[in-house]
Amino acid sequence: MNCSEANDLMQGHLDHELDLVRAIEIEKHMEACKACSEAYRQYKTLQSALKEQGQYYSAPEYLQSRIRSALALPRAHKATPWSRTLSLTWLNFGASLALAVVATLGLSLYLVAPPPSELLTEDIISSHVRSLMANHLADIASSDQHTVKPWFTGKLDFSPPVTDLTAQDFALVGGRLDYLDNRPVAALVYRHRQHLVNLFIWPATPAEVSAPDTLSKQGYNLIHWAHAGMVFWAISDLDLAELKEFVAALAKPSESQTGAGTRSEPVGQ
Amino acid sequence: MWHLGKSSRDETKARRFEELALPHLDAAYNLARWLTRNPQDAEDIVQEACLRAFKYLDSFHGEDGRAWLLTIVRNTCYTGIERKRREAIETSLDEDTDKLEESGSATAPDQAGGDPETLLLQEAGRRLINQALERLPLEFREIMVLREFEDLSYKEIAAVAGIPIGTVMSRLARGRQLLREYIKPMNEGS
Repeated sequence: MNCSEANDLMQGHLDHELDLVRAIEIEKHMEACKACSEAYRQYKTLQSALKEQGQYYSAPEYLQSRIRSALALPRAHKATPWSRTLSLTWLNFGASLALAVVATLGLSLYLVAPPPSELLTEDIISSHVRSLMANHLADIASSDQHTVKPWFTGKLDFSPPVTDLTAQDFALVGGRLDYLDNRPVAALVYRHRQHLVNLFIWPATPAEVSAPDTLSKQGYNLIHWAHAGMVFWAISDLDLAELKEFVAALAKPSESQTGAGTRSEPVGQ
Repeated sequence: MWHLGKSSRDETKARRFEELALPHLDAAYNLARWLTRNPQDAEDIVQEACLRAFKYLDSFHGEDGRAWLLTIVRNTCYTGIERKRREAIETSLDEDTDKLEESGSATAPDQAGGDPETLLLQEAGRRLINQALERLPLEFREIMVLREFEDLSYKEIAAVAGIPIGTVMSRLARGRQLLREYIKPMNEGS
């Protein structure tokens, strides 16, 4: 064995990858060759130095949530009932209502669940992202509020206000059913230049009225408020100022000639 | 619109991905971070690799999620590095190496000899050894990271890097030899 061959075999010896015959061969060579035994000693020190002092870079914590939301996976959670609740979005509603009851009961066992508002925010972001990714923006694609609004009839236990804001440069793209806050909700989609806005609507608990509140998360801006018996969540990658314009446009009663929905009341809630 | 069959299949796929890939995000990020030498690029690579992994999840039938994910991360890194190289970022990499050499010799304590053993005892040792590893050419760096940080066997490294086992051993030999050479002058100081 020459020293060059020995140099390769030393690595295998160092990493415990050699069979017995070759291990004995290399041991014998190093006994006879001072240069190689010195090199081996240095490799060994180098290896332990790397193991002890080498920089291991752990993934930043937000990376996992970033990946989960890009893939529309539920958040990391040990409790299985929870992940079941979240993936309900994908189930048909007949099944989901029954499951929701089971999941909610199961949930009460897990006292460590994050605060509901935070969960809701993340659910809304997931729904928004999923609507863009899964090529499933709208179940009913129409820019006509008089087509979109009746479509929800019979699919929801309330009648969401549907307003076309084309005049304000937020064109109605359509509507779809979604599932948030443990109930089916209406999702309206608007387009502003190349940006899409999802507006989620569901009945408020009685007497709930709140002024618009804004928050930003994962690069999305969200505005939520309660008005006329409904909870509204608007989400988009638009900057906050433009999203506020959208909300302001929605709030102008004069623009929605039919007043569609501002008067509608939650049914059977 | 939504069918139960499809959704339960999606759910199974999501769960399988969570079990196979997500536990190995640290390993994925560490490899990407060492290969790109940049935290931002490493994050992007890991995310892109995970999207790919998810996409091709159905065609993966093995058990070893870590080696599988690392393979995808490695390939994504190479694609990214190749793209950057074409964008003529090579020059800035050279500059980095120059900087590294400068700072290496500047911070090296003068009392020590070229023996890596003394390194272990020194404050600056940690920095020196990591700088040396960072300076290692890509094909040796990746093998060193998989071997020393992930403790992968030669067989696993061969699979991840797509090279024969003999080549794993000779690259380790060359890589370790280069590390010794890098550390020696850095350690001897000026």
